Amino acid sequence: MRVGVVTFPGTLDDQDAARAVRLAGAEAVPLWHADHDLRGVDAVFLPGGFSYGDYLRCGAISRFAPLMEELIPAAKAGLPVLGTCNGFQILCEAHLLPGALTRNAGLHYLCRDQGIRVENNATAWTGQFDQGQEILLPIKHGEGRYVADAATLAELERAGRVVFRYTGGNPNGSLNDIAGICNEAGNVVGLMPHPEHAVEELTGAPSVDGRGFFTSILKKLVTA
Amino acid sequence: MARVIVDVMLKPEILDPQGQAIARALPRLGFSSVADVRQGKRFELELPGPATEETLAEARKIAETLLANTVIEDFHLHIEEDA
Repeated sequence: MRVGVVTFPGTLDDQDAARAVRLAGAEAVPLWHADHDLRGVDAVFLPGGFSYGDYLRCGAISRFAPLMEELIPAAKAGLPVLGTCNGFQILCEAHLLPGALTRNAGLHYLCRDQGIRVENNATAWTGQFDQGQEILLPIKHGEGRYVADAATLAELERAGRVVFRYTGGNPNGSLNDIAGICNEAGNVVGLMPHPEHAVEELTGAPSVDGRGFFTSILKKLVTA
Repeated sequence: MARVIVDVMLKPEILDPQGQAIARALPRLGFSSVADVRQGKRFELELPGPATEETLAEARKIAETLLANTVIEDFHLHIEEDA
């Protein structure tokens, strides 16, 4: 199984993401923002960082990268895609996910361990979690406040597309405590927390709960 | 020569914590006449010649596509002609 990990100028978490993919037993395939080539991967991980320096808006310029011209139609056709942090912001700017990520309500950049509840374990990236399972992942962001208009929010809630919710207090003012959402088909998932930083005790991670994302997609691909 | 000015503002219903922080700073600096502050962005698009229907339409497309995220932001265009 081959999972692509995308690098934009300013991406920070691609090495951790690739390592997490390898730990789960898959091949991590580097994908370069300037290439029109998905290299035949079975799934794609959009890691966090500050792509294009967060200029204009987070993810606003990355969304038009040559690689995204390939990724957007592929994701719409069912290719599993996970975006974390800046990756989530890019997915929203690309309109693969609804809504937007705005400046944290408290204006502070947040870097801490955060409780999250898995609200939907039927997506391509959450199948190995229990419905309602509480997990602990690092967050590190300045623009993580999820917003969408009332109709979009109601539809996300109705359809079970709120995949993750913050527990133990809302860190950034996200509407409905939303930490992550998915598209209608459940193949595209975005969240602000960082599963790729929580796969090994050696690195001082608060948990190894992040492994579940990678075992989920592998199980999904193997049984597909 | 003309210049198209694009003003981008967060929609009124979207929280603007930066504007709020500025508003809170004003009384500390001795300014007492301001009730609220919203922060936005201004872009200046320089045109090689005078503004036409076509260049204005293109500027609008640029604003919609890249300069503003219409999920959370409104934009407004106007033209400045060089004196």
